[in-house]
Amino acid sequence: MSKARISPVRSGFVHLALAGYTAIALFPVLLTILNSFKDKNAIFRSPLSPPTMKSFSLIGYETVLKQGDFVGYFQNSLIVTVVSIFFVLLFGAMAAFALSEYRFRGNTLMGLYLAIGIMIPIRLGTVAILQGMVAAGLVNTLTALILVYTAQGLPLAIFILSEFMRTVSDDLKNAGRIDGLSEYAIFFRLVLPLIRPAMATVAVFTMIPIWNDLWFPLILAPGEATKTVTLGSQVFIGQFVTNWNAVLSALSLAIFPVLILYVIFSRQLIRGITAGAVK
Amino acid sequence: MSSATYSEDEIKIAPRARRWHIAVFLLPAFLVYTAVMILPLVETLRLSLFNTVDGQSTFVGLQNFQVLFGDARWAHDFWNALKNNTIFFAIHMLVQNPLGIALAAMLSIPKLRLAPFYRTAIFLPTLLSFVIVGFIWKLILSPIWGITPFFMDLVGLKSFFGPWLGKPDSALITVSLISVWQNVGIPMMLIYAALLNIPDEVIEAAECDGVTGWAQFWKIKLPLVLPAIGMVSILTFVGNFNAFDLIYTVQGALAGPDGSTDILGTLLYRTFFGFQLQLGDRSMGATIATVMFLIILAGVSLYLFTIQRRIRRYQF
Repeated sequence: MSKARISPVRSGFVHLALAGYTAIALFPVLLTILNSFKDKNAIFRSPLSPPTMKSFSLIGYETVLKQGDFVGYFQNSLIVTVVSIFFVLLFGAMAAFALSEYRFRGNTLMGLYLAIGIMIPIRLGTVAILQGMVAAGLVNTLTALILVYTAQGLPLAIFILSEFMRTVSDDLKNAGRIDGLSEYAIFFRLVLPLIRPAMATVAVFTMIPIWNDLWFPLILAPGEATKTVTLGSQVFIGQFVTNWNAVLSALSLAIFPVLILYVIFSRQLIRGITAGAVK
Repeated sequence: MSSATYSEDEIKIAPRARRWHIAVFLLPAFLVYTAVMILPLVETLRLSLFNTVDGQSTFVGLQNFQVLFGDARWAHDFWNALKNNTIFFAIHMLVQNPLGIALAAMLSIPKLRLAPFYRTAIFLPTLLSFVIVGFIWKLILSPIWGITPFFMDLVGLKSFFGPWLGKPDSALITVSLISVWQNVGIPMMLIYAALLNIPDEVIEAAECDGVTGWAQFWKIKLPLVLPAIGMVSILTFVGNFNAFDLIYTVQGALAGPDGSTDILGTLLYRTFFGFQLQLGDRSMGATIATVMFLIILAGVSLYLFTIQRRIRRYQF
């Protein structure tokens, strides 16, 4: 980029500041994970040292796995997240295609209508959503959560995907039409494969708030069989406040999947944010 | 799905022919979005005008709002929550966004070594759920564990340590700062992206004119990323005025101590769902949700119609 170099002294200060903040960002997470592998005495006596041969202990994890149904919670979170993302991507891409490809009466209006949800949080409709779910008999089912999260994810997905759909070449689509492809085939066979990178970005954006949400699981699906991992750890930790081993292990168990996914997808995610977010 | 019932040929021959595929493409998203998001939102707004009188749902006009703003019991909670929510937002604007801008400015220094590492690490807390973040900080700030007093001792400030989350006058600030710690990644990333998008020519021109370093940041780069800062501000506004999870995790549904961390989200939850001795009240819940809706709508409109228009968009 710019050609001016900054002086070594200034770059030293910049590194100091950035490294300092990085430490602040990572320290709490590392502290939790390290201490989850220690016995109770070591947690209190030397909280900052890594587990040693002597202080290493898995007692916290044993308690968590025995007392809480964390495998079940993970399964619920996974089902809800994956199915919601699937519908958000499928329905979102279809709607984005209709909005960006065809001119029809009410196109702009429909686009604006679908964009309301980008700014207005779905949470404000909770009173009536719960009422509706009770009426439909969907309380304490994963279906209720999937419906809510699909509706929540659609506005932003449609917005981002239609930006990308406009970049797909018209010649290609018209060539398909001349070859006798139906509009559906053009969408599924030509356009969808081309916007796969954008779909990945949308998937990551959609995933984080769904996986981390506490509000809707708490209100729509608080039953033991439908608890998500966020609600599950919230309730579990609330019950075991005084058992530090169990609390630290439960927290670590909730952190690991996010950490692993982040290590794998961080480039994709950051590229997605830095490329498409500010337009 | 790919049956060619309504092929393009028909459209070319008769452009006015009904193009059903458009409806088919739009319908699923439209239906789910309308049924699960828009209708409940409208229904919630409608419910705020009704209340139960003699076991019957009756239209009461703006009476619920009168109760919420004026009735001694409700008004105290409501104005307290609104005040706390405003402070919560102010702390984010004053700490989170300047910090995000500073981090982004440092990260965008060209050829800075380790920049990808810093960027990835600083963004990590943003991905964790409020539940994890809330409990981790509860442990770290706990006087029982003694992590915080230990660190404050290192810099000679141990005497200032206190059970911050448990004291009414420091709890709200502490919770807000925890939220800042978690969310600073968002302004950092968006402004970082905006800084990267500034074309080299602009920077080079500035350098030819001798504008470098601090002056360059204040006079050239900051004005150019104002649109991103505006967007970050409105995202912060919407996020803060519908926040709930962190306070619920750290301080419980009563948002203690003594309601000092109660914000609109926790008030809505308690009112609508009931908590301990308090029974759930659907109409008042809907009323609070409506007030939140109006606040957010006002903020978003202000942004869309005034701020965003005033900020000149630079097309490169």
